[in-house]
Amino acid sequence: MDGGASERPGKQGFEFMEAILTRAGLWFGAMVLAVLASAYAHDSGFAAQMLLLAVVALAGLWISAAKADVGAVASGILRIPADPSKYDDDPVRWGVLATVFWAIVGMAAGLLIACQLAWPQLNMEPYFNFGRLRPLHTSGVVFAFGGNILIASSFYVVQRTCRARLAFPGVARFVFWGYQLFLVLAASGYLLGITQSREYAEPEWYVDIWLTVVWLAYLAVFVGTLVKRTEPHIYVANWFYLSFILTIALLHVVNNLAVPVSFLGSKSYSLFSGVQDALTQWWYGHNAVAFFLTVPFLAMMYYFVPKQAARPIYSYRLSILHFWSLIFLYIWAGPHHLLYTALPDWAQTLGMVFSIMLWMPSWGGMINGLMTLNGAWDKVRTDPIIRMMVMALAFYGMATFEGPMLSIKTVNALSHYTNWTIGHVHAGALGWNGMISFAAIYFLVPRLWHRERLYSLRWVNWHFWTATVGIVFYAASMWTAGITQGLMWREYGVDGYLVNSFADTVAALHPMYILRAFGGTLYLAGAVLMVANVWLTILGRQRAEKPMHQAAYNPVADRPIVAVPAE
Amino acid sequence: MKFTEQHKKLERNVTLLAIFAFIAVAIGGTVEIAPLFWIDNTIEKVKGMRPYTPLEQAGRDIYVREGCYVCHSQMIRPFRDEVERYGHYSLAAESMYDHPFQWGSERTGPDLARVGGRYSDAWHVQHLRDPRSVVPQSIMPTYAFLAETDLDLNDASAKLRTLRDVGVPYSDKDIANAVLDMRAQADPMADAKDLMKRYPKAQQRDFDGNPGRLTEMDALVAYLQVLGTMVDVDAAAAQEDLASERGR
Repeated sequence: MDGGASERPGKQGFEFMEAILTRAGLWFGAMVLAVLASAYAHDSGFAAQMLLLAVVALAGLWISAAKADVGAVASGILRIPADPSKYDDDPVRWGVLATVFWAIVGMAAGLLIACQLAWPQLNMEPYFNFGRLRPLHTSGVVFAFGGNILIASSFYVVQRTCRARLAFPGVARFVFWGYQLFLVLAASGYLLGITQSREYAEPEWYVDIWLTVVWLAYLAVFVGTLVKRTEPHIYVANWFYLSFILTIALLHVVNNLAVPVSFLGSKSYSLFSGVQDALTQWWYGHNAVAFFLTVPFLAMMYYFVPKQAARPIYSYRLSILHFWSLIFLYIWAGPHHLLYTALPDWAQTLGMVFSIMLWMPSWGGMINGLMTLNGAWDKVRTDPIIRMMVMALAFYGMATFEGPMLSIKTVNALSHYTNWTIGHVHAGALGWNGMISFAAIYFLVPRLWHRERLYSLRWVNWHFWTATVGIVFYAASMWTAGITQGLMWREYGVDGYLVNSFADTVAALHPMYILRAFGGTLYLAGAVLMVANVWLTILGRQRAEKPMHQAAYNPVADRPIVAVPAE
Repeated sequence: MKFTEQHKKLERNVTLLAIFAFIAVAIGGTVEIAPLFWIDNTIEKVKGMRPYTPLEQAGRDIYVREGCYVCHSQMIRPFRDEVERYGHYSLAAESMYDHPFQWGSERTGPDLARVGGRYSDAWHVQHLRDPRSVVPQSIMPTYAFLAETDLDLNDASAKLRTLRDVGVPYSDKDIANAVLDMRAQADPMADAKDLMKRYPKAQQRDFDGNPGRLTEMDALVAYLQVLGTMVDVDAAAAQEDLASERGR
């Protein structure tokens, strides 16, 4: 398997060749199957996707074959490090690189669709219309940017907190590459119009099956590492990661139950219909927020905040309490996406009540994170990474207050279907998920590439401020837009007629859409700065800059006043 | 024993931790979703509901493909302003044949649950080709390519068969005649007596203003024109049904 084998001929060398031949054969078989599926596809979208698979298989074949010749050329791609005294960090490094790459893709797609809402001429039919790009943006940021940092950080954290190397290192590499393939198939499928129209679960049946395989492999690696642990206790971050992996598997499988029209076509029809389908989808949709964007990000918080602050977690009891109450209550909250719809009232009310109760365990997590800084609050001033973490927790707290508030039926009557929801989601996504991920990346990069420090801490500070100001523009404009829409739709004149046509309300939002796009531009600019910072750090460069936390010192003034006697 | 001491059992055992976490997350969904499969309100049939014709269903597939649901809801809430703006509030039964549902979550554009019959075919075609030519404030993308794209007739029968597999009551005849039905519905000269018998009140005409071709525009407009028109929601019978339903 490793490059060393080629230096030692004999039995081992032959086994090495055999392994390469087997692998090349598998890739070749996959490529032939994909080409056949493409040729016999029932629709052009499926044909394109299968062609894409064939290209991937061809790349795999080329790499396997190249290994036999040059050995070391490709060994970096699938090599499993032999040194058992070190943690297995290759998949983590690739995951961090994939995270920053997809961050730019997902956020750029977001900026483009934000601009399309302000200037509809930017739509390019059919492939770059808003309706096809929007899932590209949501999946790009949630599953590609978020998913990659979650998988990478979980592999990093579980090894350190278990004091054990990753279980099944080959499977861990499969998880990384398999997940990237899922992302590429999903993203290209959206542009081709391949979608189930289930929000945040748009990929079609074959991509869903692939993700299920990858996800079970991920579960195996994670649980396998927990089983291997040399620490007696499972650290709190791992409770969160474990419940994330388990619950996402459950949600993904149930929500994607569908019957394909043909096994050579992309189209499928959902197993459920109407009201049952709607609640299944929003049970999934809400818990994608819960178990993809909250629970595992809290796991990151539970590892990286204490590490960066060099303080222990504030309260062990609070972590137990809020973990169990959070995962139990969150599942119930799905129906708050369907208030006043044809869903039965009792289900709506259950959803509302549990959403309000959810406020407490959510703030339990925020308090545990913020109070960890007890005795280290000065670092908010001196360490921009800590500042990002604190801002992330603050936005988590704000979003988890706003969420329960929007679930109250009377508030929801105004806010539902408006941009208030968009503002709420982005306060959480940009503020909480984005900021804590950036902080984790800045924490990880120097450690993973064995660099003394980041290229520039001052750039981190710039990133913090562009992102924060960006969020303020984003959230403020969308709150205003949402409330404007809600009030204009229901406005009656003295004559007893509706005052505004729908088109009037669209026109009224134009300035808010522009402000939102401006906020998004700032946020994306911050992320671009991060890419440069990460890149230069990996290259081993260090920016000559003044440290962030030196008190002013003026040697000229640093001396006693000598009294000069009067003449 | 303090609960933190008891919790240490879970913290030392992966299997126990996983089982407890799984139980904790399984309860809520089960309690909320399972009853929807047997209570009256969510499974009742309302007079007038029928499966989509193959042409309407093809239009619906295009609606899904283009992601119309990301900007348009199909769920009118029971508020005075919504009912006045869009029509009678939506009933659960009206989406009983919707695989998948298209209730949506945003109204960047207006609700479409009862858009059927509100505008002429020509208006829809013009609006889809160039939305700003009929609604100057509109921010909708253009969909002119639909009128230039022939409707894909492959798998037409297979699609209905799959829909029957997931519970839509298409007959063998419906499935066998899927392509013929599509052509007949979009052709005002065709004999559509049989189609009308199997799909009551289906609208038969050339939807895209281009009689020579069966395009994606035909299908999408046929779908838009049937939205919300199947059930006579204001009829006395429908109101009685609503009053007597249980489980709401």
